[in-house]
Amino acid sequence: MADIEKVEGHVADEDAVTVSGVYKWFGAFNVLIDVNLRVRRGERVVICGPSGSGKSTLIRCINALEDYQRGEIVVNGMELTQNLKRIDEVRREVGMVFQQFNLFPHLTVLENCTLAPIHVRRMPKREAEELARKYLARVRIPEQADKYPGQLSGGQQQRVAIARALCMHPRIMMFDEPTSALDPEMVKEVLDTMVELARDGMTMIVVTHEMGFARQIADRMVFMDAGQIVEINTPEAFFNNPQHERTKLFLKQILN
Amino acid sequence: MTAHSDDLVFVRAEPARALPPPLTRTGVPGWLRANLFSTPLNTLLTVVTIAFIVALAYPTIRFLFVDAVWSGTDGAACLPHGGREVGACWPFVYERLGYFTFGSYPLAQRWRVDLFFVLLAFGAVWLLRLDAPRRDLGAAYFFVVLPIVSYILLCGAPAIGLPAVDTALWGGMLVTIVVATVGIVVSLPLGILLALGRRSRMPAVRFFSVVFIEFVRGVPLITVLFMASVMLPLFVPPEWSPDKLLRALVGMCLFAAAYQAEVVRAGLEAIPQGQYEAARALGMRYWRMQRLVVLPQALRVTIPNILNSFIALFKDTSLVFFVGIFDFLKTVEIARVDPKWAAPTVSATGYAFAAAVYFVFCYSMARYADGLERRLGRADRR
Repeated sequence: MADIEKVEGHVADEDAVTVSGVYKWFGAFNVLIDVNLRVRRGERVVICGPSGSGKSTLIRCINALEDYQRGEIVVNGMELTQNLKRIDEVRREVGMVFQQFNLFPHLTVLENCTLAPIHVRRMPKREAEELARKYLARVRIPEQADKYPGQLSGGQQQRVAIARALCMHPRIMMFDEPTSALDPEMVKEVLDTMVELARDGMTMIVVTHEMGFARQIADRMVFMDAGQIVEINTPEAFFNNPQHERTKLFLKQILN
Repeated sequence: MTAHSDDLVFVRAEPARALPPPLTRTGVPGWLRANLFSTPLNTLLTVVTIAFIVALAYPTIRFLFVDAVWSGTDGAACLPHGGREVGACWPFVYERLGYFTFGSYPLAQRWRVDLFFVLLAFGAVWLLRLDAPRRDLGAAYFFVVLPIVSYILLCGAPAIGLPAVDTALWGGMLVTIVVATVGIVVSLPLGILLALGRRSRMPAVRFFSVVFIEFVRGVPLITVLFMASVMLPLFVPPEWSPDKLLRALVGMCLFAAAYQAEVVRAGLEAIPQGQYEAARALGMRYWRMQRLVVLPQALRVTIPNILNSFIALFKDTSLVFFVGIFDFLKTVEIARVDPKWAAPTVSATGYAFAAAVYFVFCYSMARYADGLERRLGRADRR
């Protein structure tokens, strides 16, 4: 995936995502409390924490699937506002992979991958199909292109979802617990795909409980609890010498 | 090699062979035994059902075919003779077939209606056959070309030598098909818009949709038709007063749209939130997301219900006779009391014929819905 490296190369000194002082409420419940996070280009950030801690909500705010009430989020130099055009621009920069895959069941694998390039990016159909086949080959399922999502295993579906997001040429990929809905024996194939993506220099923000994977790819670990970021650390320090009491407790529970 | 239940360790030395099924499970006797005579209760039900079918079919077949009168020029042919009632009076249907089909449409101009039927059938086949070539052209033909051509053809255009035919002269199958087709074609898109409106995040749009749907659904179709026919002229200047058929069409479309909206809404509710999120994350805005992701799935799951409401709509067209329009059923109704065909079985014949015609249309729609569902079902497994 040389083209992504090229894109990343000449602006590598800029921040990909900046979240500053973000607050969000669901009704009266404060789900995000003063969240501050900078993700540099080419950086891999893994966010972990107990369920309900606001990790998913945070990354959903970054591509405007959720709104927030206070603070500022800047993606690739563009401030996220309620302006629809700006939201479109931001979403074009950000690819998203969901826990439940969310493939379009009425379309074939290939059509899933070409739908947005053709209708959103206005790419000619032939070109979009070439692109889709290229990414399907990268996630190692080129032979499934003409099947429907329902005919694939969970792991294969999630890899299609990754290919579908990549077809929009995002600069940043976000993963919202991408392996949580998978049978154990399929987790590895998805993680392997993500490791390869990381190796190619993609900027990645990953919400996951897969600590082995996190150790392998993360540049930085972010630990959230009760809507706040409690600790940001390098993987070595995070796993071997966590600073915050809450982090220690969480790691003790999840690693045993 | 045999495994005993008390064996603690068992290793099969070679794979066991699959055997053919026992004779009692195969062939006609097997099938009969398994399906019709498996238990005493099942046997009893089989016998009762067969008796019931015979009891029903026998007099029906006698009336429609065996005792039926097949030729004649007036009611005298169908009078009882030899002290025995005759069956169906088919010459009556045969003679009035033109009236049943065209109503009072002028005889010399009926070729225009025939042409309309042919154009409509052609368009319907092109549009409805999933494997037909260039279905995009088919849709353009059906939704743009056909309405314009049909309007000119049926209403007339003196400028190009087609004498105008007032809609008051239209009748029979022509009216039934025009009302049903327009109702179906207009109500689905209108219903989709109303369903989307009802789920909209904009309160004004939602309010309008809810009020419209609930109001129209809360009144009988006849009321809607009366209102369209009596109240519509109050809202427009008299010189623009829409003609009677158009008024009924408007009422019919609005009524069907409200029902269609609820059918479509049920389909929309079935789409998981994740589909919306995935579409939005890929950069789609509202209408594109609806058109490419949401509606194709929502309509697919509701096809049986949509087709079902089309069938209901087709039969409901018979209610337009309440506002003075001579649809197919009304022409049968008028013809059967014609003194020329005064004979005891004429009414029954007319109704039997009407029922058969409605059945053919509705059953075809049901069969089509079945086939469509099965074809589209392939992609439905998630």
